[in-house]
Amino acid sequence: MSEILLSVRDLSVAFAQGGNQSTAVDHISFDLAKGETVALVGESGSGKSVSALSVLKLLPYPSASHPSGKILFEGADLLAMSEKQLRQVRGNKITMIFQEPMTSLNPLHTIEHQIVEILKLHQGMADRPAKARTLELLNEVGIRDPEKRLDAYPHQLSGGQRQRVMIAMALANEPELLIADEPTTALDVTVQAQILELLAGLKSRKSMSMLFITHDLGIVRKIADRVCVMTKGKIVETGPTKEIFANPRDPYTRHLLAAEPKGKPPAANADAKPVMTGKDIKVWFPIKQGFFRRTVDHVKAVDGIDVTVRAGQTLGVVGESGSGKTTLGLALARMISSTGTIRFNGRDINQLTFNAMRPLRRELQIVFQDPFGSLSPRMSIAEIIEEGLKIHEPKLSPDERDDKVADVLKEVGLDPATRNRYPHEFSGGQRQRVAIARAMVLNPRFVMLDEPTSALDMSVQAQVVDLLRNLQAKHDLAYLFISHDLKVIRALANDVIVMRNGQIVEAGPSQQIFENPQTDYTRALISAAFKIETAPVGTVSE
Amino acid sequence: MSQAVVENTVVETTPRRAKRPWLSPLNRRRWQNFKANRRGYWSLWIFLVLFGLSLFSEWIANDKPILVSYKGEILFPVLVAYPEEKFGGFYAVTDYRDPVIRDEINANGWMIWPPIRYSYRTVNNAIPDAAPAKPSWQYDADKRCGQYPQRAADPDCIVGNWNWLGTDDQARDVLARLIYGFRISVLFGLILTAGSSLIGVAAGAMQGYFGGWTDLLFQRVIEIWSAIPVLYLLLIVSAILPPGFFILLGLMMIFSWVALVGVVRAEFLRARNFEYVNAARALGVPNRTIMFRHLLPNAMVATLTFLPFLTSGSISTLTSLDYLGFGLPPGSPSLGELMKQAQSNLNAPWLGISGFIVVSLMLSLLVFIGEAARDAFDPRKAFR
Repeated sequence: MSEILLSVRDLSVAFAQGGNQSTAVDHISFDLAKGETVALVGESGSGKSVSALSVLKLLPYPSASHPSGKILFEGADLLAMSEKQLRQVRGNKITMIFQEPMTSLNPLHTIEHQIVEILKLHQGMADRPAKARTLELLNEVGIRDPEKRLDAYPHQLSGGQRQRVMIAMALANEPELLIADEPTTALDVTVQAQILELLAGLKSRKSMSMLFITHDLGIVRKIADRVCVMTKGKIVETGPTKEIFANPRDPYTRHLLAAEPKGKPPAANADAKPVMTGKDIKVWFPIKQGFFRRTVDHVKAVDGIDVTVRAGQTLGVVGESGSGKTTLGLALARMISSTGTIRFNGRDINQLTFNAMRPLRRELQIVFQDPFGSLSPRMSIAEIIEEGLKIHEPKLSPDERDDKVADVLKEVGLDPATRNRYPHEFSGGQRQRVAIARAMVLNPRFVMLDEPTSALDMSVQAQVVDLLRNLQAKHDLAYLFISHDLKVIRALANDVIVMRNGQIVEAGPSQQIFENPQTDYTRALISAAFKIETAPVGTVSE
Repeated sequence: MSQAVVENTVVETTPRRAKRPWLSPLNRRRWQNFKANRRGYWSLWIFLVLFGLSLFSEWIANDKPILVSYKGEILFPVLVAYPEEKFGGFYAVTDYRDPVIRDEINANGWMIWPPIRYSYRTVNNAIPDAAPAKPSWQYDADKRCGQYPQRAADPDCIVGNWNWLGTDDQARDVLARLIYGFRISVLFGLILTAGSSLIGVAAGAMQGYFGGWTDLLFQRVIEIWSAIPVLYLLLIVSAILPPGFFILLGLMMIFSWVALVGVVRAEFLRARNFEYVNAARALGVPNRTIMFRHLLPNAMVATLTFLPFLTSGSISTLTSLDYLGFGLPPGSPSLGELMKQAQSNLNAPWLGISGFIVVSLMLSLLVFIGEAARDAFDPRKAFR
């Protein structure tokens, strides 16, 4: 190996919390050679981001502290440096890009302003050369027509473009080391593939080193030379990427590698009874202008879609963000108004009022994406689960209700003894189980699942998918499964519709879609999701 | 931490209905935070003790004895108004401070007096100087009891008849007036706060939850409403209606509810699209229940933080109205009226000083409590 650039030795990070110290990172060591990419992989709470942030001393000191360890960068210990010395390193020799490009860019300044500022500050450039260099940088990170984009504000750019601007800012000072903290997690799969390709290209052209933090093993396989697997603040395994993937030694690594959602959905059955059918569903949001707020145009979030969901079957809805898939789900569940016919159990429900819908709500349930947001923090999980029972089965006695709650908790794999705890005492996966229990306790016939796995760690995702499949088989449930994650869809859906800009691009049995996609867009989605490869320009958004 | 809990643990035992702590963990943490603020915590206790005591003002400072034993009968003059006939007199109301009555009762039984033998409206007929008289401890025994028939040897020349803080210009005991005045001010403040927060929260909740036209209309109405100059209106109304505790309370409440609407409305606007609120809608939970069970707790944090400040604000408004003479009816034990007397009797500094100390103590206690409550509800604030 070539020269060592960054060497983390025996590093620990502790946080002071209510008088006691909790250790977030526990004596980790790793090296990063010049021109090498090392990935820190782990699930949430493993300490990977904290480790990366301590390289630049960006943690909330003094509540964070380093009980032990050194971080040697070009031979000098970053932890021992003064704030002044550190400023010479930050943004100059080591730069960082973050997960959320919207919040890392200042919304009040143009792109040009933000990049030029860095050049002036760190390199003392004059206006004119700074502008020229900005154009060069934007070109380098693959922003098309950079001249036109100079005056754009962050909100005028797409997520992928914003992340490209962030990368341009990080590259402005020709850093030796780029720390990327989950840089693609907030992006669509197709955009993720583009950004990763850009980063890999830049790295080899500039002979930068890269410290890459991610939870996604697919990305690691694609981009990293070496991998450090972290869990509970410790590095359990380090090695070249190929070796780790081919021959994992630590049980946790093996667990991670095995964690992808697996299994097959039950065979598609076109004869099963349709539970929910939508015909020509449209959700148009008016764009109003002028003094009299006349409607001049519409945002066509969902534009004439037909769906059928059958008992015991799952319809997967796939699409990138903004494709209208969640809007479609909400329209079918009558949470937002739409036009078109929605037949539920053979009855047209699209004209029913809120009160007339109430008895139907029990058979038509929703599980939301964010298990942290969808449970009221002030209610115990027993109260959360029994809320629906109180409305739909008001005759139950408190004891009978309690029994039902206990039963459904057992069914979703939670200990009924925990039912008097509050949501914050549970992990993400457990909370999602609570959210599923809340829907299941009413014995629904149709469940709309809006990205139920995307806020969860990989290994937990697989468990939730298994749980959903078992519940479906047991209760003959009809699922409308909305997700951007094709791996989860493949493991659960019999039929798939691919959406883009409010319309169906492709629909059909899941096997056909995944093995023999008919449209370029679907092909691009699938190759981006499973192989992290980019599609030719024009088929997907930027 | 919850992260450490192993997924997928199913225990088959189902204990019946485990007991839940009465404070949720979140509220327990807030209470801990509140306690960590020593100043606020002590202020709360001092305030509660003072307020609790002042609720029993009649048993602390009164011109009637607490308990009387007369000819073998136990009487409660504080609670029951006995006519003088009972003790051989002929007035409709008994003046227990009258030497004749006193001797009559003492000859046929005994009586227990409150520590201060004056009520807020009792006129001390035996003050040593012209009213306002200095605090009793500033005189020697001869001077202090100079007006009693037997001077220093008189049975009335006792500590119970002292004017600890002197008298006002109508020879009424200042300490007794302060005790009653504290009670009426705090009660006024608390009732006004409770009432206006009830109206304010309800109005803010409706606006925030329904949004759209409801919100727009309400907002405009409130803007117009809050532009009405309250003081002038009070002056006009007090010229028509007889001023009294409840009329003042009502008038003030008509305007003070506006203070909370903005905060509550903002909380409801923010929270009505939370996922757990959507989840409740998807369950078919009616609007009313969603507002009470899911949204109100969010808004209560902001409201509770505001309450002590609202209370102290209404107390100072009442005091200033009394000071201007548009407040409680004449004769009521009011702190503002004491201030006014202090202003017109600059030669009697005990009026101004004692009034100032009570008002500033009361307001500071409330502000300290409010400050501690605000910090306790602030999730970003970390205490040791």
